[in-house]
Amino acid sequence: MSVARYLRVLRIFWRTSLSSELEYRLNFLLATLSSLGHAAGNYFGLSLFYTGTGSLGGWPFHQALLVMGIFTTLSGLSRVLLTPNLARIVEHTRTGTLDFVLLKPIDSQFWLSTRRISPWGAPDVLFGLSMIGYAALRLELPLSQLAWAALPLAGSCVIQYSLWFMLASISIWYVKVHNVTEVLNGLLAAGRYPIDALPPGVYRFIFTFVVPVALLTTIPAQVALNQVRVSSLVLAGVFALGAFVGSRAFWKFALRSYTSASS
Amino acid sequence: MLRRAWRKALALCQLSLANMLEYRAEIYLWVLASALPLILLGVWSRAAEGGAFPLTRVDFIRYFISVFLVRQFSFIWVIWEFEELVVSGNLSQMLLQPLNPIWRFLSSHLMERVVRLPLVAGVVALCFALYPEALWLPRAGDLLRAVGLLGLAFIARFFLQYMMSMLSFWSERAAAIEELWFVVHLFLSGLIAPLDVYPESVRRVTELTPFPYLIYHPVNLLLGRPVPFTRAALVLAGWGLGALVLQRLLWKRGLERYSAMGV
Repeated sequence: MSVARYLRVLRIFWRTSLSSELEYRLNFLLATLSSLGHAAGNYFGLSLFYTGTGSLGGWPFHQALLVMGIFTTLSGLSRVLLTPNLARIVEHTRTGTLDFVLLKPIDSQFWLSTRRISPWGAPDVLFGLSMIGYAALRLELPLSQLAWAALPLAGSCVIQYSLWFMLASISIWYVKVHNVTEVLNGLLAAGRYPIDALPPGVYRFIFTFVVPVALLTTIPAQVALNQVRVSSLVLAGVFALGAFVGSRAFWKFALRSYTSASS
Repeated sequence: MLRRAWRKALALCQLSLANMLEYRAEIYLWVLASALPLILLGVWSRAAEGGAFPLTRVDFIRYFISVFLVRQFSFIWVIWEFEELVVSGNLSQMLLQPLNPIWRFLSSHLMERVVRLPLVAGVVALCFALYPEALWLPRAGDLLRAVGLLGLAFIARFFLQYMMSMLSFWSERAAAIEELWFVVHLFLSGLIAPLDVYPESVRRVTELTPFPYLIYHPVNLLLGRPVPFTRAALVLAGWGLGALVLQRLLWKRGLERYSAMGV
């Protein structure tokens, strides 16, 4: 099946789910308020580290703000694209309607990961991008430098998606997987700070290799600041590719255990 | 009369405990999902190495371990359960029984704390293994008062959220209001940083809200720092009582609207 056809299907998916989500307009207002509160609170929380002579692992305030902007954007994107699909995947495996998805003449991973979209996270993306823009302005970063950062940022999106989809695949064996993604979200929260802000040792090990928040937010920021080592960029690329291939392989593996249970 | 009530309470607690033990895997995942204070422990303890803050590095470590602990006991989730009961129409079954549903929610919250305890103790022990220099034991008097304040915080928070749950009778997504509440709670309660590092003006604003009494003051009691105990107890009792009165009103009005429509 051609790429054009997939794109057409994607457009239809998103149009239908957007129109159904827009039924809840008051909630959109609440979501915007809560995003605004989070953005303001996070900015304030970050500034607390810089009272007196404090700093975050040697990062000046506006550089750390760049990391926070990247974090906010990524978590907004995952609320738009990833979380709305999770509930569906779990529901499909629980009730056995996954059968119908598997029978469709379309890649099942594609269908399950893109069927739904939710505008609720859009304000987060907006506020995240504003933080990045403001920080870049204060740091006087050239636009070309920022554009380079888009590359590792795309890698971050791929890593985040792959981690998330692997967790979602677990629902084949364990339907209460929603709680597992909450754990992932809780740990990803460390990504709002540069990795150097964490103490060396256990903390850095966990947040570099177990939950790769260093790759997700610190490396794109370092690329934007032009202070990245090539080795870490390569590491990020390899990790992104590996994670994506891994998520596909894991889904295929999980499907072998799928027994089409019905309620 | 009293003995009958006691027997009822005991039976209810046994039931809830059995129920919660069945879901212990999920409860453990929730504990892990609330690791934010432990991430902040790492970040703040490292930021405090230079001694730029009114608290020392060890103070920060103790502070965030206590925040983690306090939060485990004041974590309330009744609104999600209540929303689901109203939307699915399953609340009807509870209304048929000669027992106000609040007792069920209250007992399941209490028993859930018991199930949490082993893992919470394990995480705290791990923190002390990682930072043996921060090991301390609160004075017996402080500990007693902290337990009292924590009990009040739990009750106040429970009644406040239960009161908000009543909005489920009017809206399908009442839990959105809790998310908004949580944002304010996150930044004003002392969860992200001890209020000592807040600017004086912001700190004065937080004292006008119930939030610091839920986290900051109970934590300070554990740390043996001066705490306006009587005021804290009165504020928490006041908010709890106010929420209860409002809840009774909304409950009556809501039940009149409730149509027991299920899917």
